[in-house]
Amino acid sequence: MNHDSTIRLVKRENVIRFQLDRRSGVSPYLQLVHQVRQAIRLGHLRPGDQLPTAREVVEQVAINPNTVHKAYRELERDGLVAARPGVGTFVQASLSARRPAEDPALRVQLADWVAAARRAGLDEDDVRAVFDTVVRHAFAGTSVDRSGGVA
Amino acid sequence: MSPTTANRRYALETTGLGRRYGRRGWALRDCTLGIPAGRVTALVGPNGAGKTTLLHLAVGLLTPTTGQVRVGGRPLGGRAEDLARVAFVAQDKPLFRSFTVAETLRFGQVTNPRFDRELAEARLRAHRIPPDQKVGRLSGGQRTLLALTLALGKRAELLLLDEPLADLDPLARHEVLGALMSAVEEGGATVVLSSHHLTDLTETCDHLVLLARGRLQACGDFDELTAAHRILTGPAELADRLAGAPGDVVHLDRTARQTTALVRGTRHDHHPATVSREPALDELVLGYLRNPDATAIPRPGLVPAGEGEAR
Repeated sequence: MNHDSTIRLVKRENVIRFQLDRRSGVSPYLQLVHQVRQAIRLGHLRPGDQLPTAREVVEQVAINPNTVHKAYRELERDGLVAARPGVGTFVQASLSARRPAEDPALRVQLADWVAAARRAGLDEDDVRAVFDTVVRHAFAGTSVDRSGGVA
Repeated sequence: MSPTTANRRYALETTGLGRRYGRRGWALRDCTLGIPAGRVTALVGPNGAGKTTLLHLAVGLLTPTTGQVRVGGRPLGGRAEDLARVAFVAQDKPLFRSFTVAETLRFGQVTNPRFDRELAEARLRAHRIPPDQKVGRLSGGQRTLLALTLALGKRAELLLLDEPLADLDPLARHEVLGALMSAVEEGGATVVLSSHHLTDLTETCDHLVLLARGRLQACGDFDELTAAHRILTGPAELADRLAGAPGDVVHLDRTARQTTALVRGTRHDHHPATVSREPALDELVLGYLRNPDATAIPRPGLVPAGEGEAR
C-alpha cells in the first residue's frame, strides 16, 4: 500500500523511501531493516548515501520513532550503516553480490525438506502453511514452539 | 517494575485520581499511573470507561474528587506557563464557529507564546483548508484538522488528544499520525491519544493505558505487557487446571475439546498438550476488553500476587 501523500514538502531528496506492509505480520522494525538491506543489495543505496532521518521516516510512514531507531541500530550493529551524531546515518558497506536466494546448498536443503513433507502426506497448502509459520516466527524474533508443528 | 522503568521521567502522573458525578457515580476511580515523557501512549477502553474524564482531569478542565495530577513533575495549577506546555484536543473539537480559519490561527498565535504560525499555515495549505472560510462552514474532518493544527502549532511538550482520528479519511489520518510522530521525534513531545482503532495505535504508540468501567486495567510499555502475557491453546481440561489460578486468567474460552486463554505470566507454559505463545498487542487488549474485571495492576496490600483479583 502506498501512503505517499502529495502534501509533504520534501526538502532534501532521499535516495530511498520506506513502505510498510501492514498486513504482512512482519514487525515494522524488521521491514525497515529488510528494505535497507534490499536497497543496498540492489545497488539503490551505495556507500556514502544518507538514510532518511528518523524524523522523515516517522512522518512519512507514521510509525513510532523507537521503531526507526531500533532498525537503524540493528543496521549499525551489522556494520552496514554508521551514525554520525548531529549529521545523519550513512551507508558504510555494500552487501556482497552473493544472492542468498540463489545459494544452491540452501535450495537443495529446502527441496529435500519439501520432498520429505510430501512423503509424510502434506499437500501444497500444508507445506506453505508450515513454511510461512516457521519463517514468520523466525523473523519475528520468537522461537517456534516445536509442539505446535506438524502432527 | 523492571529496571527500564525504575528511573523514568513522567510527563504526566496521577495518584489515586478519582472523579464522581453526583448520582451517576464514579466516572474514574483510584487511578494511579505515569505517562512516560517523550513517548506515545495509547489510551484505550470501551465507551464510558473513563478515558475522556481522565484527559479532562489531566488538563484541569475537571477538578478531581480524589487524588491529584502532576504535569512535568509539578502539581497541576492554572499558571500560564504550565498551560502553554500542554495541548488538548477534545473529542468535540471546540472552536469558535464564527471565526474564519485565519482568525482561528491568529487567536492561537496570540494566546500561545511559542506558536509556530508557519507550521500551522503550511499544514492548512497542505490539507487545502481555505483561510477565509468560516469555521462553522468547515466539514467535521476539516474542523478536526484545524484543531489538530492548533495543537501542533502550539509546540506543546504534552499533547493530549481525545479520539483525534475518528472523523478523518485514511489519508488525513495517516498524515496526522505522521505529524504527531514527527513532533515526538523532533521536538521530544509526549503524546497521549485515545482511539477505538487499535490498528492506528499498534504502530504509532509504545505505551498502553487501558481503562474499564472507570478503573485502570493495564498500564505499561507494549513490549513489557506482551512479554508478561501468554496465549494458551490446549485441551478442554486446561480450563480446569487454570481454574486453580484464577488470578492469572484474563480471558478464557472453552469448547467441548479445546481451551484457549489469555493468561498473565509464563507459569502455565508447560501444561500437557498445550501450546503457549506471546500475544500480539491487539490480542492482549481484546482479552482485557472481554473481561473488564481482570486487571494487570498489582494492588499492593490487598492480596498476594496471583490471587483473587480476576474471576
